[in-house]
This record gives sequence, C-alpha cells and structure tokens, in this order.
Amino acid sequence: MKAVDKPASTENPSPSVGLFVTCLVDLFRPNVGFAALDLLEQAGARVDVPQAQVCCGQPAFNTGDEKGTKAIAQGVIAAFEHFDYVVAPSGSCAGMIREHYPVLFAQDPKWSGRAEAVADKTWELISFLNDVMGVDDISASLDGNYTYHDSCSGLRELGISHQPRNLLSAVRGLSCSEMKDSNVCCGFGGTFCVKYPDISERMVNDKIRNAVDSGADYLLGGDMGCLMNIAGKLSRDKVDLQVYHVAEVLADRTDVSPIAGRTPEQRTRSEDS
Amino acid sequence: MSSRDSIFADLRKSLGRTESLGADKVAELQQRSDVAREDERPQVSGDLIERFVVKLTAGAGTVTRVRDASEVPRAVEQYLEEHQLPPKMVAASNGLVGSIRWPDGFQVEHRPASRDDRVSVTGAIAAVAETGTIVVSSDNESPTTLNFLPDDHIAVIETGQLRTHLEDVWSALREADEMPRAVNFISGPSKTADVEQTLALGAHGPRRLHVIMVG
Amino acid sequence: MQPVSREFKIHSSKALLDEKLSAALARTQDGFGGQRAAAVEALPEFQKIRERALRIKNHTLEHLDYYLEKFEREVQAAGGHVHWARTPEEGRKIILDLCEQAEARTVIKGKSMVSEEMALNPALEASDIEVVETDLGEYIIQLAKEPPSHIIAPAIHKTREQITELFSENHAQYGLTEPVTEVADIVHEARTVLREKFINADVGITGANFLVAESGSTVLVTNEGNGDLSSTLPKMHIITAGLEKVVPTFDDLSTMLRLLARSATGQEFSVYTSVFTGPKRNTDQDGPEELHIVLLDNGRTEMLGNEFREMLRCIRCGSCLNHCPVYGSVGGHAYGWVYSGPMGSVLTPLMVGLGEAADLPNACTLNGRCEEVCPMSIPLPRMLRALRVRQFEEKLVGSRVRASLGAWTWLATKPRLYQAVTGLGMKMLARLGRKNGSIRSLPLAGGWTQARDLPAPEGETFMQAWARQNRNRGARQ
Ligand code: SF4
Repeated sequence: MKAVDKPASTENPSPSVGLFVTCLVDLFRPNVGFAALDLLEQAGARVDVPQAQVCCGQPAFNTGDEKGTKAIAQGVIAAFEHFDYVVAPSGSCAGMIREHYPVLFAQDPKWSGRAEAVADKTWELISFLNDVMGVDDISASLDGNYTYHDSCSGLRELGISHQPRNLLSAVRGLSCSEMKDSNVCCGFGGTFCVKYPDISERMVNDKIRNAVDSGADYLLGGDMGCLMNIAGKLSRDKVDLQVYHVAEVLADRTDVSPIAGRTPEQRTRSEDS
Repeated sequence: MSSRDSIFADLRKSLGRTESLGADKVAELQQRSDVAREDERPQVSGDLIERFVVKLTAGAGTVTRVRDASEVPRAVEQYLEEHQLPPKMVAASNGLVGSIRWPDGFQVEHRPASRDDRVSVTGAIAAVAETGTIVVSSDNESPTTLNFLPDDHIAVIETGQLRTHLEDVWSALREADEMPRAVNFISGPSKTADVEQTLALGAHGPRRLHVIMVG
Repeated sequence: MQPVSREFKIHSSKALLDEKLSAALARTQDGFGGQRAAAVEALPEFQKIRERALRIKNHTLEHLDYYLEKFEREVQAAGGHVHWARTPEEGRKIILDLCEQAEARTVIKGKSMVSEEMALNPALEASDIEVVETDLGEYIIQLAKEPPSHIIAPAIHKTREQITELFSENHAQYGLTEPVTEVADIVHEARTVLREKFINADVGITGANFLVAESGSTVLVTNEGNGDLSSTLPKMHIITAGLEKVVPTFDDLSTMLRLLARSATGQEFSVYTSVFTGPKRNTDQDGPEELHIVLLDNGRTEMLGNEFREMLRCIRCGSCLNHCPVYGSVGGHAYGWVYSGPMGSVLTPLMVGLGEAADLPNACTLNGRCEEVCPMSIPLPRMLRALRVRQFEEKLVGSRVRASLGAWTWLATKPRLYQAVTGLGMKMLARLGRKNGSIRSLPLAGGWTQARDLPAPEGETFMQAWARQNRNRGARQ
C-alpha cells in the first residue's frame, strides 16, 4: 500500500488526465467511462482518452505470462506517459499499473524508469477525486440505502476504503448500510472465477447474502470485475438488488438500467404486464 | 558427503557464499544484542501486581494474596476446602515452598508427580505481568511433572518475583550457570478448543491453576 | 502423507457440498478471525512488533548457516543431539533408528507438522510401533484416519456427533462404553485414555515452534500441555523441526511469541510456552534421558536462495488460513497435503513439486487478505503469482489456456484491430441479452455462466461511443 505517500491535493488546478477506461468498462459498461469523464471534468481536469488503449495486462500477468504482460504494459506506458495523471475507474487496473509495472520492469534498464514514472502518476478514479482533486461537492441524488463492496486490489494495494464512502455521503437521498465482511473477496479473481467456478460461486453467495442482509437497495463498488460477478449471480438468483459502479452514482448517471437488479420502475412495469 | 555437510553447502550456496562467515562477521554476530525497545513491547502501565492478576484470571487462573509466608499454609488449606480436596499433595522442596511448615494432618511428599496425585504445590522462578504468566523451572527440587500431572497446581510466588516483560525473565536466566532442562511459562490451566471451537479446561495438564501471591 | 493435491478440483467440489463442513469452516473463520482482530486492536504496539519480527527473521535467514551451527553447538554442550535430514525419507530413517535404539513399543506425539511432512506415523506403525497423537485435535483425526485440515486446529472439520461416534468405536476396548456427547466429557474421556498412553510411552515426539541459537533450546507452545507430558515422561524425547525455525536469542523469541498466539487464536499468550534445553540433568528427578533434535530441509535450503526466501519467515500461525475465503469455502483437506490455505498453496508445490500441485497456486483470487493478516508480512499473493510464472515457463499451463491467452495478448497489443473486433462482438452480445438484461449461457464461457449470468453489455463500446461523440463534436464546431 503505497498510495498514500502522494500529496493530498494537486498544485495544478487543471491537470491533464489520461482516462484509462479499462476493458470491462469499455466493453460492458461505457456508462461508467462517461461518468468518469464527467466527474474528472467537473473536478477541473483536462481529460483525454488515448485511442491506443486496451487492457492493463492482468489476464496475462495473473496467468504467469510475463512476456505477454510486458508487451501489453509497454503499450499502456507509451500511450499514457505524457499526461500529468493516469486515472482508471478500477482499483485492480490502477493497482496493476501502480504496484506491478515497476516490479515487472525492474530489471529492464530501458523500461524501468518509464514504468515507474507512469506508476507514480496513476490513480484509481475515486481516490483521485477525493485525495488529489479534493472534490467535496457532489451534485447527484439517489434515494435509498447503499452497501459498499470493498474490492480487494483497491483496498489492499491502494488503500481505497474511506474515499468512496466519503464522496457517497454527499449524494442527496442516499444513506449507507454496511454489510458484514465488506472487505472479503467476492470470488471474482479474474480467471479464477472461470477456472474454479464452484468455489467462486460459494464466495459470491456469501457476498450476496451479506449484502442482502444489510438491507440496502443498492450494492456499489469500484471495480467492474467484481460488480459483474456479483450482478451476474444476483441475476441468476433473481435477487433484486441494484448494482452500480460508484462513479455512476456520483455522476448522477443512474438513469440507465443497473448492472443487475431492476429499478423500481422496471419492477412496477413487469408486475403490470 | 554427510547430510549435514550437504545441507550446509546448500545453505551457503543459497546465501551466495562458499565458506562459513569470516571471523569479523562472526565477532559482529556474537556481539549482536537486539532487545525490543519500549515501543516494540506491549506497554505495561500501572500496578504490576494488578496487571498480573487481571491477565492470569483472564486465562482462567485464580489468585489469592497473602501478607507473608506464614499465611501460605492457611491459603492452601482454604483452597483445598473450597474444592473439597483431601490435604494430600506432592510438592517442590526448594525456596519458600520447601520451607513451609505444613499443618498437622497434611500429607506432603517431595518427589516427582505420578498419575494418581491430585494436588501439587510448587514455587516459581519468576512471574510476568505482561502476560499473567508464572515461570517454573526444573531442578532436582522441583520436578517438571509437578506442573503437569496433577489436577490442581498451586504455585506460590512472591511479589518481588514479578517482572514486567518476558525479556526480564531471560536476562535473569542468562545469569545462572546453565539453562535448566525445562523452563515452563504457564498462563492458566490446560485448555483446548479442538471440539467445535468450544473451550474446555483440563485437556491434559492441570484443570486448575491457583497462584498464592506472597507480599 | 502422500500428496493428493492433484485432485484439488475433485476434493474441493466435494467439500463445497458438505454442509457440516461449511458450517464448521464458517464458525472457525468467524471465531479465529474475530478473536485475532480483537487481540490486535488491544495491542497498539502490534505494528511495531511486527516490523521488529520481520527484521529479526530476515537477519536470521541472511545468516542461517551461522545460527544453525551455533544452535547445534549449544545443543551438544547441553547434552543433546542434532540430526540433519535433507529429505522426509532421511528424517523418517533417523527417527526409526532412534526408536529402535530405545526399543520403543509406544510413541506419543505432540503436534508436529514436520513429522507430517515426513509421513512419520505410517512408517512407525509399519515397524510395529504404536503411535498415539496427543493433541486432542490430532488424536481425533488419528482415530478417523484423516490428515489434519488446519495447522493449528487439525480437527475443526469434525462435528461433536462425529467425535462421539469415533470415541465410542475406539474407546470400548478401554471399558469406556458410555457415549460422550458434551464437550467437557469428550475432553475428559480423551484425557483419561491418553493419560495411560503418556505413562507407558517409551519415546515422545514433538515439534518445535522455535529453536533458540544462543542456548540450544527448543520452544514448544501449546494450550493443552500435551507437549510437556510428551517431552517429560518418556525416556527419549525427539523433536522435529524445519531448519528455518531458529531465532538468535531469547529476546528475539519474545517478539515472536507476542505475535504467534495473537495471530493464531487471538489469545494474548498461549497457556504453555516451554523451553527445553538438553536432556535430564544428573540431579533431575524427571525428564528424558536422551534428547534428539531432527532438523529437516525438504526444499528449505533451496527456498533460501530464490524468490521464495520470505516464505521461510512463516511461524505456522494459521492466520492466513483463517482469513482466506478459498480455504473458508473448501477446508484444508482439498489442498491434499500437510499444509493448506495460502501458506500451503505456496509450500506444497515447493515441497512436493509443482506438477503434483498445479492447482494450488491458481486456486486463489489474489485478494491479499492473507498478506494483510500475516504476522511475518509474507507476500503470499506475490509468491503464488511467482509459482504461476514458473508453471507458465515450464509449460505446465494447459495448451488451451495458453492459446486463448496468446490470442488475447496478441489482440490486446493492437488497439485498432481490438476495437473493431470487440465493437462487433459487443453488439452481438447485447442483442443476446436484450430481453433479460443478462445472458444465461454462452458458448466458451461455461466457467462463467455455470454459476451466474453474464450482464449484457450496453451494445456500443465506450471507445466507439467516444469516437462518435468526438466526431459529432468536431462536426458541430
Ligand atoms: S504465512 Fe503468515 S499467516 Fe500464514 S501461517 Fe505463516 S506466518 Fe501465519
């Protein structure tokens, strides 16, 4: 956990930010990407989205393929190194760049400096808004209770825990009800969930039980991998708990269908028909 | 090559050396003394005796305090009465315990404990306030079985034997000629939670540990 | 024991269906986890102590040859013997020979994971020696003929009813025919049976939590007192330990002890911490005539020289098991060897071979909770990943996985092509999921859709939408 050694807020009121969209947001949930854009711009950043971005390399990294990981990582470094900051709406992708790129290239004189430079300016979105940009006014509203799932990489590699809760406390109409074991893994784990589906299922069941027991209307989190895992299970079990990415709530972009669960309107509609 | 030599060869290889350490380095390691600083130990504040009693009782031990050595037999007697035990025990023969004059009718034998002994009485070489622990060491007058075989272990300690931290016990032990065969740190009666995580006392060792604190 | 880690998938699937096991695991994790948290909370100096422990162990490992030699000399000076075993087989042989010398018919054992590494019990039994485990948990699983499922609570997977039954079956021979159902009665009955064994045993074998170089002492930490009876009553005491267990001094030991019980069970200090130095002295009235210490390598010297050195800091507290959601789901037996949970997933492949235990480094989400609670700050996730790198390099990763990963990596380094392909793909997926908002099954995604639906994508990818908006913006301007 090295994230906290950065300055608490930036000197430059409108730094340039490269948005690393992350593959799951790109493919499955563009709404999160646009939410991130809105939030960063509202905070005063000048945001760009480099075309030459795909994936941070975690699938290869976590399968032990160092060569493949490096090839992907070099692409990311080259695409993002000219920004003041690199921001991703995901703790695990930001953690990958921040914590693992420097180690990956430690023995490589050509790339180690560049990897470290990018690592040092890479942030997960919510902690960037809270810790670097010092955001405190959030003009969003949502009625009900939320419970927050602490995604593992964000929590343990980047120390993300109070930041989302802090910003969410400024959302009108929204209150928090913590679940038991909010900091325990949901069973996603990248390729883990497809390699060991039954263990993963047990873990996501535990997560869902705790989330439902919290009495919340919304389950929020900061990582699409976890959210898709939890949402997929909720949908399979037909449990109505609405899943959103924290950024969607903070940017007031909850007018779209949740990742899982039905909005009250959807529920009434289906009961009518 | 013997297994020993091959293990040491492998160790050195893994440490990036071919030989054992040079004389300078060895001298340096022999000098090494790294004792935990204040902030690297649990803080023990307030009255040592109180802390000891709190910790020991938290671990299901019991304590009686008496003013001086002459009151020990009475305290033992009370304990036996309370638990309806006959005045028959095996005891250490050293220190304060060795010099106790037991009341008439008490059968006290000085020997190692055997299977059928119900109650033992020993002294201690120290007690630790940090953890609520008594420290009993083996010697010819205090056989180790006394600490483990009987159902009830009564240990008599003097308040002056109370130390703050574990470190304080080691420094005292180092001053003796040699380490005793066994030094037993005992923090309560024997326990187990191996059945359904439910705590039960008296797994193999004593079911009760009672400390009589003198002074 | 013989490793059966190859069958991780089969055993873990079975374990998941065992409701009693699930309940026991939930109880253990909540219990140990909660107690540890409270113990750490109650000790403001915990972090400082942990940093100091890290320093001590790193220092010791850096000079391990020196401290082991010192330890050996001191043991000898105190009248004990040190034996060196490169492999589990060598360890077994040494101990069998010692038992033969002692003309042993009965051996009592305190809990020793290293003797499990050596698969000692079956070897002793094959030589017609009766072996009795005396740690209550170990005794229970010995009766059940099972390996331990947890390094500090070996029988947590057994329910009270199962134990009642085991005792009924096995204790009738001692005239104990009344079934015992209450915990206190179960403990009492075990105490009664084992007391006889203690008194009559010829050799006691225990593990050691620490070895102290300055004095040649071994340190044993228990709550039951079984280790003390095993080490005091028989005429020979054999101690088994991994050669990484040494610490330089008693002052160093103090630091370790402050972490061990808190991390293991949430106790501040265990009931018994016993320091043994040499055999019975001439003037002593009890204690073993002979003291032998068997130090096992079994891959440890090699770990000292590679990226797994830090694993040698492990003090076997079990905290990583108690906080691992995978262990909490499948229990210890699924891991198929002596050690389980995160530490087992690192140690087993290193000790029995990566090919024998290929699943273990992978059956982990790398969530990092183990490292967070490890008193010795061992980077377990990093090591599991390092094992995956070895697997990948040694081509132990299946060809299908390699091929699909290769294709992904190839595509992921060509953003334009990637965006074109995924743009189309997502459109199709969105169509599949339009009705329900999610997809129930999908070819090639069986691992995902076995348990859960796939949330449907919005349809347009972010990159497409972004490009379109930029174009529009450009056109408007
Ligand atoms: S790896 Fe760490 S937490 Fe796990 S048993 Fe070893 S010391 Fe304890």
